[in-house]
Amino acid sequence: MCSKSRSIRVLVSLAVAITMFASACSSDDVGDVATATSGGAESTCFADPGIDPIATPTGDLAGTTITLVTHDSFFVSEGTLKAFTDETGIVVEQVAAGDAGQLVSSAVLTIDNPTADVMFGIDNAFLCRGLEAGLFLPYEAARLGDVHAELAVDPHHRVTPVDFGDVCVNYWVDALPGAAPASLDDLTEADFADQFVTMNPETSSPGFAFLLATIAKYGEDGWEDYWSGLVDNGVEITAGWSDAYYGSFTAGGGTRSVVTSYASSPPAEFLFADPPVDAPPTEVLFDSCFRQIEFAGILAGTEHPEAAAALIEFMLSETFQSDIPENMFVYPANSTIALPDSFVRFGATADDPLIIDPAVIEANRDDWTERWTTVVLR
Amino acid sequence: MNERRAWAAIGLLPVLFLSAFFLYPVGAVLVRGLTADSTSLADIVSRPALRRVVWFTFWQASVSTALTLLAALPLTAVLANFRFRGRRLVRALVTIPFVLPTVVVAAAFVAVLDRFGLDRGAVNLRHTVWVILAAHVFFNIAVVVRTVGGFWSQLDDRQEQAARSLGASPLRAFWEVTVPRLKAALLASTAIVFLFTFTSFGLILLLGGSRMASIETEIFRYAVSRTDFATAAVLSVVQLVAVLALVVVSTRLQRRTTGTERLAVDRSTPFTTNRQRAAAVLVATATLAFLALPVASLVERSFRHGDGYGLGNYRALTERVPLLPVSALRALGNSLAFGVTAAAIAFAVGGAAALFVALGPKRLGKALDLGLLLPLGTSAVTLGFGMLIALDEPPLDLRQSWIIIPIAQALIGVPFVVRAIAPVLQSIDPKVREAAATLGAAPWAVRREIDLPLAAKAAAIGTGFAFAIAIGEFGATSFVGRRPGHLTVPLSIARLLGQPGEALRGQAMALSVVLMLVTTIVVFLVDRNDQAGVL
Repeated sequence: MCSKSRSIRVLVSLAVAITMFASACSSDDVGDVATATSGGAESTCFADPGIDPIATPTGDLAGTTITLVTHDSFFVSEGTLKAFTDETGIVVEQVAAGDAGQLVSSAVLTIDNPTADVMFGIDNAFLCRGLEAGLFLPYEAARLGDVHAELAVDPHHRVTPVDFGDVCVNYWVDALPGAAPASLDDLTEADFADQFVTMNPETSSPGFAFLLATIAKYGEDGWEDYWSGLVDNGVEITAGWSDAYYGSFTAGGGTRSVVTSYASSPPAEFLFADPPVDAPPTEVLFDSCFRQIEFAGILAGTEHPEAAAALIEFMLSETFQSDIPENMFVYPANSTIALPDSFVRFGATADDPLIIDPAVIEANRDDWTERWTTVVLR
Repeated sequence: MNERRAWAAIGLLPVLFLSAFFLYPVGAVLVRGLTADSTSLADIVSRPALRRVVWFTFWQASVSTALTLLAALPLTAVLANFRFRGRRLVRALVTIPFVLPTVVVAAAFVAVLDRFGLDRGAVNLRHTVWVILAAHVFFNIAVVVRTVGGFWSQLDDRQEQAARSLGASPLRAFWEVTVPRLKAALLASTAIVFLFTFTSFGLILLLGGSRMASIETEIFRYAVSRTDFATAAVLSVVQLVAVLALVVVSTRLQRRTTGTERLAVDRSTPFTTNRQRAAAVLVATATLAFLALPVASLVERSFRHGDGYGLGNYRALTERVPLLPVSALRALGNSLAFGVTAAAIAFAVGGAAALFVALGPKRLGKALDLGLLLPLGTSAVTLGFGMLIALDEPPLDLRQSWIIIPIAQALIGVPFVVRAIAPVLQSIDPKVREAAATLGAAPWAVRREIDLPLAAKAAAIGTGFAFAIAIGEFGATSFVGRRPGHLTVPLSIARLLGQPGEALRGQAMALSVVLMLVTTIVVFLVDRNDQAGVL
């Protein structure tokens, strides 16, 4: 009995001591654990990989089964991939692997024995990470001529652009305290004090895109001052898009009327409104838009390069491209595709979006996010 | 000789399971990370930022665990000692928070903060550690109530009665007689709650904003956002070492406390005084009210449709929403199928392990028990990525197969089954068995008549819990990659919450309510009481 109660007493006093000690020095900083080794100015991203491109598939590929790995937000209508199978006889199995960052990380991890033949969903922010790791085999799609010129970013065609969208600041028109914001500068003004919510660039893809937008707009030397201004004006940072949009933003009953989201969010608000509305409650601040492009690529190590190439071709076809807007809420890369009504009426892309070269993004990513953390979270 | 071979056979199943699906994948990914070139490992470990992160993780886990125990024990006492109408229902209701996906819990807590005005002005709890602690308690009350409560309800109460008849007050009888007998179960549930909160990911990420960093969120950040497997591997090792240390300490403490106990099938009695009944009602109401608050906001939101309230969101679940590859009903079917499979695996592996731990060779049993606890304390990212690189070649080419999902879920469920069954088996007085043998029963009959009834109830409790965990799970399998047809309910909810549109949000809430209902029903049914006719 004695030893048992003694051990309880030791445990309890230990626990109390720890708690008291800890509350005296509570630490909730987001620290940085590894030294940042930002890549050198010389980037190997768009250098010639020295691999021969895959030839346009010609033969009969019926009966082959290939795997398509995507992020969690990939969605097309039921009949679309089936149409591909009907046309070519190739069966496509789709696997979802998390968000864009996870998609690329798991592909890099399994590069010696990939889980799939084709990857869809690597975007311009992660592009060079994938290219420098040697994830893809080059293939020049026949329909590449129909694609908007500025989207075909890799001169060696290791990835093919499939869709694009803009990450922009959205605002809820009726909830604004005053006039609508006209530019990024307005967000640091008193009118918008405590009105803006955005996401941590390290845990959120649109959050990172917004950071890139500010870097593109204010330059390497000015963006940190801009963010200090935002912090002074009461900006809120969340971990992910849902808790910003549905937690703090008006859409979820929150108190903030300005949020980082997509140019396609207003059409989505319209389509999924409950009760139905005549026009979306939100609008886009076009001065803030950063272009996001999504690519597909044939994974190195695939056993079915020709079938994979056929799938890439299909992804630029009318059947697939016209299915994209109302399923994934992005714009088709193929410029010949007609957009659905909700997009025509309420959607738009910025005429002059902010962009940064993917090689520059990859080289500076860790450095930028560290500096952002220092300015905003500390 | 025969006996040794029998034990080896029994122990082989859990050892193989653990080795193939945990040790091998985790080992593979850690080796990959630690042997990568880049920064020196000693550099990484010595960063002050790392120490801060480790400290915060320990602190929030300890306080969460302490608070959970405080919040759960009154209700545990009531459920174990008293028999009353609605008892099974209360026990099932307490399990609900445990199955809710973290996305939903986070949303519910934000809603509660909003309703009570606690996220603005003078008292602003948004993104503070207090919300995280509250959410941890919310989640883990079920663990204590079920593991401690299960064991407690089977403790024969004659010792307490003896103490009472000798003049001890109820409180003294409780403190000096009951608590020491409960120590094994208390320590076990404390360890589990600590492990869960130590590796908590979704809640810290979503409720803490970006200002809170735990070891788990940092592993995610480095492995997934930065593709920096070296740092992630180092952090995983730190996490594993911490977990191992904790488990060793708790096992040492437990060793001194297990003795044989006289077990009843159910010790509960009806209320004898009005004061008892009043106290029990108060405790049950208070605890359930705390749990109900976030749940109520979910339920209310799920019925909000159009301009008022209605069943529209629920009706929409039967159709296929544009965003989801399968209808919500199909996702529910998937979740149930995976859950049942995971529970079955957990039962088989955990049952064998419990036998081995409780009645087999002592040292090996301890090692196995420790080993089986490790998955609870391992980062989901590490395990998921490990499976991705390890299970890629025959005979274990399972990373694309559907079976990997229930296997990963079972890894978390097995320790619960073991912890439910082993203490019961360990506490059976060998003299009871010897008595049965003296009276002529063959060894297998002894096991069947003595061990089985007592162990069966514990097995049901443990397996039911494993099922509940599998249903609400979201962790390691989201890193392995899944086919759209295998979509489960938690993933569907997360996707519905990932797009703008009130209608989708309403459906996410409706789906969460359906998930809660299904779990309550299943857990309620599994929780069989041998006393007929009592709820």
